[in-house]
Amino acid sequence: MSALAADAIEVYRTATRNNRMGMWLFFFSELFLFGGLLITRFALWVDEDGHIIRPELDQNVGLIVTVVLLASSYFMNRSEVAIANGRKRDFLVSLWITGFLGVVFLLGVVIFEWGLIHLPFVEHHIGPTDGVFGAVIFGMTGMHAIHVITGVAFIVVVWRNGKRDVYTEERHWGVEACAIYWHYVDLVWIFFYPAIYLIGHAVH
Amino acid sequence: MLMQLGLTRGLIYQAAGTVLGMVVTMVWRLLAGMPLWDQEVVFVVGGLVGGFAFMWGVGAIDDWLEWCRGKATPLVHGPPRDKPAWTRYFSTDYNHKVIGIQYSVTSLLMLMIGGSFALIFRAELAQADLQFLGMGMYNKLIGLHGWAVIAAILLGVGGMANYLVPLMIGAEDMAFPRLNAFAFWINVPGGLLLLASAFLGGFDAGWTAYPPLSTQGSVGYQFLFLAIYFVGLSSILGSLNLLVTILTMRPKGMDLFRIPIFCWAVLATSLIQLTATQAIGTAFLMGLSERALGMGFFDPEGGGNPILFQHIFWFYSHPAVYVFVLPGLGIISELLPVFSRKPLFGYRWIALSSLAIALVGFLVWGHHMFTSGYSPYLRVPFMVATLLVAVPTGVKFFSWVATMWGGRLRFPTPMLFTLGAISVFLLGGLTGPILATVASDLYLHDTYFVVGHFHATLFGGFVFPFCAAIYFWFPKITGRMYNEALGKLHFYIMTPAFWLMSIGQMTVGTMGMRRRIVDYDPTLGGGLVEARHLETTIAAFLIGLSILIMIYNLVTSAEIGVRAPANPWRSRSPEWQIPSPVPEHSFAAPLQVVGEPYDYGLEEEYVVMDESQAGHAQAH
Repeated sequence: MSALAADAIEVYRTATRNNRMGMWLFFFSELFLFGGLLITRFALWVDEDGHIIRPELDQNVGLIVTVVLLASSYFMNRSEVAIANGRKRDFLVSLWITGFLGVVFLLGVVIFEWGLIHLPFVEHHIGPTDGVFGAVIFGMTGMHAIHVITGVAFIVVVWRNGKRDVYTEERHWGVEACAIYWHYVDLVWIFFYPAIYLIGHAVH
Repeated sequence: MLMQLGLTRGLIYQAAGTVLGMVVTMVWRLLAGMPLWDQEVVFVVGGLVGGFAFMWGVGAIDDWLEWCRGKATPLVHGPPRDKPAWTRYFSTDYNHKVIGIQYSVTSLLMLMIGGSFALIFRAELAQADLQFLGMGMYNKLIGLHGWAVIAAILLGVGGMANYLVPLMIGAEDMAFPRLNAFAFWINVPGGLLLLASAFLGGFDAGWTAYPPLSTQGSVGYQFLFLAIYFVGLSSILGSLNLLVTILTMRPKGMDLFRIPIFCWAVLATSLIQLTATQAIGTAFLMGLSERALGMGFFDPEGGGNPILFQHIFWFYSHPAVYVFVLPGLGIISELLPVFSRKPLFGYRWIALSSLAIALVGFLVWGHHMFTSGYSPYLRVPFMVATLLVAVPTGVKFFSWVATMWGGRLRFPTPMLFTLGAISVFLLGGLTGPILATVASDLYLHDTYFVVGHFHATLFGGFVFPFCAAIYFWFPKITGRMYNEALGKLHFYIMTPAFWLMSIGQMTVGTMGMRRRIVDYDPTLGGGLVEARHLETTIAAFLIGLSILIMIYNLVTSAEIGVRAPANPWRSRSPEWQIPSPVPEHSFAAPLQVVGEPYDYGLEEEYVVMDESQAGHAQAH
């Protein structure tokens, strides 16, 4: 190996180490954003006696979108493992499925949870202006949805670059960043789902 | 020529983006069957699109867009090839020294704008009765003064950290140069939105934007929320960059307890900025969506809680004052050993006290809310936590005194400002426990005493050390010495004037003068309040004059000052071991740490350059 190539590997290694630390610091920062929203939920969704309450929501919608998002994280992990082992086809297919499930999650949220697109078989929904229930639901799911949209855009970019052979077994920081970002957004939802759908007793 | 500047392009893009965002929103509203004009939504979307259009226009995201298309973009070093060298300061440039100067100059500009707002309403307060300012205008100016100066301080902190940290730890540049440029430039649309809010009614219910007044006030609040979102993004990304730089880019042998002490201050500051800034973002985003979309977070009618806003707001805004002062205290610790020719007393204690202040700072936000009507049980824990801050701060003071004790002191301008900073910060610090104690705070809350307290802490913790830093590193930046006589004149005008102003503010506060009030009873305090107000106003104008002297000094000295030697202060810090002004690639060879950073009086060096590896850095 020439000295220059060894140098280039060293540069890439340093850059990836820095990138990885930067990414995790970014997640640490975002923790305070999502934590603030969770605190808002538990501060505002209480009744006069201080009991934790939650609105009556369609449990099926919540469960289905959660399952879809969790499943997408599985495929994201498969995708990252595939590129690390040099299986390009597997990598692209798994990434595609992840992105598809992400879009399904988004549509589930926008159509069935928010009711923004009116379909005849979807019942009346809580709107953003409906007091603290509406405000907190739309605040939390909205902020999460922005991150899912960013994640889907990230996946599209990585998928396109992956098709053009930008990533190799050794050098695929872009895929890794996309994967840990996606897992992070998924993890946030694992906290948001019970906070919105499960904890507290339901009131009308 | 003007069109070649990234800044000009950015401004044009921002204007176009704002208009485009507004038009698209209106068309969309029309298509959705809503009334065309809703100022809340239209201005928010316009401001948001305009801000990102600026970033596109200025070229701060060019490389990232290329990455998205799968292309690698090598980092181009040096000034632009086909343009004059000075244009790099007005365009996207990835060198941390350029970015540091961009931050600092923008900071001074913003400081002067914010300061002028204060001078206007200070003139109104010089006498009882209304003279020339209306009540609405007074409220607008007081809110603008607050946020403009806060933005200026954040920029100044970013300036010092960006310029100094890579030089002090011997790094080639920051860990993420593109992110660094982005974090600076996002401040420009943010600052413009902040100032533009003046034309949309300002934010006349105070800089704290407490609901319900802020959700009912003028639409200028929306621009404030957006502006702080942009400036906050800069804080988060900039601090992330600094943390990675300090943690991973140190040379061999420089363990964490051997970095120059200023880097410890930056480390502590960055931890706060990285995390707490998200809280003010959340609070302001909720305020923004409450106004624009009718989401009732804080409106009690639908079950909302206005006190919640105060909790989230102060969860950032109290630690934020440590963001303002910790780098300044780091500058003091950095400069004292140089001018005392003695080791820094208790290096580890000072390093860890910065961290301690930052961490305790997360547990004290409730002391801003003693009178808000929250649960009285919360008062005492917040009081105790707040008083605890005095312990690590006291550690710093004793270390400073011990550093100077028996030293061979010299008093050029930077040292004078360091000593001025210590004296002024002591005044601000000693008035802190008075306000932290519940019993006295219930009396002093919302009086001018509070104004006096935080102006003393911010002048002592930021303005004085910032001036010291500017004079101290001016030779390193420009390669020329500043004018010593004018520097001393600046100091001898500003320091007594500031003491007069701060003590005047505190005095009228204890006599019952409320803050944020345009007028007062001329018989208040037996006429003494009016006399103190007049003195305070005169002092404020003197401070303004002294800042102008500094600007004149800096601008002329950069042109005609005496050529500076590489190390005029005989400092041991790495940045002084290289030529002035600092070359494009700061260090010709990687650093090797062979001693302690502050062993003044000992023969051996702190760092030496590993000449055998010379040229290695540039190969990348």
